[in-house]
Amino acid sequence: MSTLNTLNPHSWVDNHADYLYAYALSRISDDEQARDLVQEVFLAALEKVDRFEGRSSERTWLTAILKNKIIDIYRKRSSGLTNNKAEKAAVHEQEDFFHEDGHWREEHYPREMAVEGHDPLHNKEFQHVLQQCMQKLPALWLAVFTMKHIEDESTENICTELRVTSANFWVIIHRAKLNLRACLQKTWI
Amino acid sequence: MGPLKKIVYNCKQATFLIEKKLISKLTFREKIELRIHLYGCSVCRIFNKQSAVINQMVKQLFSDANSDQKHLDNDFKQGLQQRIEEELNKN
Repeated sequence: MSTLNTLNPHSWVDNHADYLYAYALSRISDDEQARDLVQEVFLAALEKVDRFEGRSSERTWLTAILKNKIIDIYRKRSSGLTNNKAEKAAVHEQEDFFHEDGHWREEHYPREMAVEGHDPLHNKEFQHVLQQCMQKLPALWLAVFTMKHIEDESTENICTELRVTSANFWVIIHRAKLNLRACLQKTWI
Repeated sequence: MGPLKKIVYNCKQATFLIEKKLISKLTFREKIELRIHLYGCSVCRIFNKQSAVINQMVKQLFSDANSDQKHLDNDFKQGLQQRIEEELNKN
């Protein structure tokens, strides 16, 4: 029994608030919403305290609650009306990447990108551009992309949570990357 | 057009397979098709390379965001802990 983790709500804010806030902010890019989420997580957690079995750490447990709330936000964002417009525009744009026979259109040829400095992974400027390009994706695509590539969620889970078919999932994964890469190339010159 | 010829000339399908490869396993047939396509298509070879790098960078972006933490201000935190204490006292 001594190896089980315990919860101590009296120090939740000190120990986890900043972490949860940064976690939420990086995923939903909305400061106010991120703050609200942190509060919601703590309040929801209080109601579940007696169901905590101690098998995971306090932080892991709180983060799991946060993850579910972020997915709710993804779902809400991607079912909005404004997003449908953005999505149509992006689909349209994507159709232009290739000729009907599947060849790249010449103006969309991927080209080598020169990232200054030797380590693009730690190039702040490039990261900023990347962030901007991600925000340009339709909300549903960004949600699918993030859940797959960052959270490592299973494809089945993503399809269920975001209510997309498996066929659409693959279309979105493909298009999201085409758009993201094209945006990087356009912006980073 | 035979199925093999189709993939050799189809960059749309090739880029799709590149994305698929990054998150799940390709079938044996798909692997061969992609390899043949990439052998002959320098444009998709660039896409292939960049696509993997982009994934790495996105991961990096998110882990950086978590490590060089943006902080909540103290007033907000105090209010938050107070709220928690109130809830605890209710029970």
